[in-house]
Amino acid sequence: MTTPLILAVLVLVAIAIWQLAKIFELSQMGADRANDQIANDSDNKYNGYLLFAFLVFIYGITIFSFAKYGKMLLPMPASEHGVDYDRLMWISFAIIFFVQTVTQFLLHYFGYKYRGEKGKKALFYADNDKLEFIWTIIPVIVLASLILYGLYSWVNIMDINDEDDPLVVELYAQQFNWTARYGGDDNVLGDASVRLIDINSANVLGLDSGDPNGADDVIVKELHLPVGRKVNFFMRSQDVLHSAYMPHFRAQMNCVPGMVTQFSFTPTVTTEEMRLQPEIVDKVKRTNVLRAARAAEGDPNSDPWEFDYVLLCNKICGKSHYNMQMKIIVESEEDFNKWLKEQKTFGETVTALP
Amino acid sequence: MAHAAEHHHKETFITKYIFSQDHKMIAKQYLITGLIMGAIGIAMSLLFRMQLAWPGESSAVFSALLGKWAPDGVMDADIYLALVTIHGTIMVFFVLTAGLSGTFSNLLIPLQIGARDMASGFLNMLSYWLFFISCAIMLGSLFAEAGPAAAGWTVYPPLSALPQAQPGSGMGMTLWLVSMAIFIASSLLGSLNYIVTVLNLRTKGMTMTRMPLTIWAFFVTAIIGVVSFPVLLSAALLLLMDRSFGTSFFLSDIFIQGEVLHYQGGSPVLYEHLFWFLGHPEVYIVLLPALGITSEVMSTNARKPIFGYRAMIASILGIAFLSTIVWGHHMFVSGMNPFLGSVFTFTTLLIAIPSAVKAFNYITTLWKGNLQLNPAMLFSIGLVSTFITGGLTGIILGDSTLDINVHDTYFVVAHFHLVMGISALYGLFAGVYHWFPKLFQGRLMNKNLGYIHFWVTAVASYGVFFPMHFVGMAGVPRRYYENTAFPMFDELADVQVLMTVFALIAAAAQLVFVYNFIHSIFYGKRGEQNPWKSNTLEWTTPTEHIHGNWPGEIPEVHRWSYDYSKTYEDGSYIIEGQDFVPQTVPLQPNEEELNH
Repeated sequence: MTTPLILAVLVLVAIAIWQLAKIFELSQMGADRANDQIANDSDNKYNGYLLFAFLVFIYGITIFSFAKYGKMLLPMPASEHGVDYDRLMWISFAIIFFVQTVTQFLLHYFGYKYRGEKGKKALFYADNDKLEFIWTIIPVIVLASLILYGLYSWVNIMDINDEDDPLVVELYAQQFNWTARYGGDDNVLGDASVRLIDINSANVLGLDSGDPNGADDVIVKELHLPVGRKVNFFMRSQDVLHSAYMPHFRAQMNCVPGMVTQFSFTPTVTTEEMRLQPEIVDKVKRTNVLRAARAAEGDPNSDPWEFDYVLLCNKICGKSHYNMQMKIIVESEEDFNKWLKEQKTFGETVTALP
Repeated sequence: MAHAAEHHHKETFITKYIFSQDHKMIAKQYLITGLIMGAIGIAMSLLFRMQLAWPGESSAVFSALLGKWAPDGVMDADIYLALVTIHGTIMVFFVLTAGLSGTFSNLLIPLQIGARDMASGFLNMLSYWLFFISCAIMLGSLFAEAGPAAAGWTVYPPLSALPQAQPGSGMGMTLWLVSMAIFIASSLLGSLNYIVTVLNLRTKGMTMTRMPLTIWAFFVTAIIGVVSFPVLLSAALLLLMDRSFGTSFFLSDIFIQGEVLHYQGGSPVLYEHLFWFLGHPEVYIVLLPALGITSEVMSTNARKPIFGYRAMIASILGIAFLSTIVWGHHMFVSGMNPFLGSVFTFTTLLIAIPSAVKAFNYITTLWKGNLQLNPAMLFSIGLVSTFITGGLTGIILGDSTLDINVHDTYFVVAHFHLVMGISALYGLFAGVYHWFPKLFQGRLMNKNLGYIHFWVTAVASYGVFFPMHFVGMAGVPRRYYENTAFPMFDELADVQVLMTVFALIAAAAQLVFVYNFIHSIFYGKRGEQNPWKSNTLEWTTPTEHIHGNWPGEIPEVHRWSYDYSKTYEDGSYIIEGQDFVPQTVPLQPNEEELNH
């Protein structure tokens, strides 16, 4: 409904701009000197002022965006390394904003201050080794410290090992849904290959029924994680590239057909605790106001929302890429164990081959 | 000169306008083809931006333009991905590589180094026509029965390799690969020509360290292209083989639509390496010519030498070298060895150093200048502004740790659109406004329309891409047909509308440019021979195009191209009454050559 209206307005705006352009040009017809399309003092003056105004605009849109959208960003991290991640992120942002503010000021202020005037003399200033040394060495130092901090975190995050008794989980991707597999009682995943997939016997992940480790594996469509215990993820895809993106945990890894990729993190905040976070309470409130408005318009996708962690697909994978998701529930170790016990094992669900 | 003798044979319409071997005509052909492709690419972005702002809404625009792809006027999810894919391909390769580099390398290399033409006029013509054919095939792919390629502009297999995975991976994808293979051939012919011309055909006195920075940028860009484009060609050919002949370079262990495919032993990660070995240098293939144009336009209009000429050359070379060893930063979460991630983080953040040097040098060039704020100058200043804003977020994306959570989100989209998309477009516009008189018989574009064009575009581009960073940091993945499947993104719906409205305004501003461009070709006012009072050689040629560029001898060069506002110690200009000293003017007594 709004689309045609907005489009109509925009078409009119375009026509208006076109017409204005023509009028502008007609108004110029009188002056027919050879160089009248070259900036004169008055052009320099107005565009100089506009450059300064543009500086104000850049600062303005920065402040506006932070004020209006700042609260919509991801909430506090829900994983152990996420705290480190966010710290590095905000340090980088602080540096970026400082540099952005200063350099944009200099650029546009110089554009305004040194706007041309007839007869003014520019300064012949071709180089200065000292200055150039300064602004080479400062980025070197700043970037070197960022690199060191970044690499330190990276090595820690990507060091996937068996220390501290991690829970082993397989994330299995296919167009357009996710499946999770737990190692079961032995916490060991059974061997699997897409070549063993047998839809008729409900072996949808291609588990090797000859591998004893696989019989107690639990295959589910909802990812449950115990709080405070390290989780080692092993990712597989059966068809195209997918990416397991868990933004609340600052975690992401691609799922690649033909290989097993890995990621690891320790969830630190249960779903229940996260729902009580003031920022989440506010976000849910704001969202549900919007959804209530949609409900009033008869939109079916407007049930009230309750916060949940979510796993998204973040690598283009086809038509329903935009809706390839799985709910993640972080709960206490007891609740998790209880839940896991209630699930059927692979051995129980797979139907015997004829 | 044997060369000069050839320039008097009779020309027909066909040899003059169609199969021309004259670099100036080829430059115009590249420019106009590039602008048409640009209009198509931008129009596509408007379509999918409308879908993002008003998801699932029926629109007469969709029915009219998308036909069967928009049943009842609602955009189909497959065609959404196809639009995103073709938009990216067209803008990166056809507009910002061929349109920008093809136009200005062709126009300026012979004119600014003092050559009669390119080293090989025939190869140059061949390069354009291969480009034209690849454009035609790419546009033809839009009409493929099952739809054009839709796997994203990076066309990662297996999605792009398996027709079962999506309709766009059928004939549309084959045409995409064929078009790109031809494009690469065109680009290589062009690049080799540029390199040979710069190395061999400089006029007397035009040493490498007297060349304008535009030429340095085009020259180094051509080298990067020659080094990296063949790798993309091999990737495209291997992908074609996987698709058509059943090889397994990039595919292994695939179960799709109820059956196991025979592919065994390949890896999609290999494709990613090959693709980004070009894909990242490509960013600089797009950006360096724009920066070269900015250097020239900024110095001329500031009436000051470019600050740190030698540092600028060093940073171009530094960027060129580093650009070939940073590709892995697109693959931090691809499943490659994390140790490689560390290496690529290191090299990637290193590349920020020459980039920072360039930005600071531009700012210093403005300091204490006598800035002539022509439209070209404004676009150059705008370029430095978006280059800084977009470049800074590269510090976050280039850091493997931080990339984990913003990888493939709208944060990336905002980053690269500002730093290479908008910046390079500004470079293109700066070049068009500045060299329009050289392209079209001394005619100038209307400056007031130029001002409207710049200011609306500048405000609207920030309006589109600045808020987009926040969408990315809220975790919204790119290439989503709509975000309504996730209530956590509900409150971002307003931002989507805002960005789309700004995108529509920005596109409307381009209509002003189109009008100005076409109108000025026919009715633009003729300026003087050297309208911007510039030092470079191209302004010593007659405004009417002639074969061989100079009617008599090629002028000799005696100094670098940046002697603006140069004075003797007593403060008087080198040439009395004018603040510039063209390169053809011999060094005066008591004058020191200062090409630092």
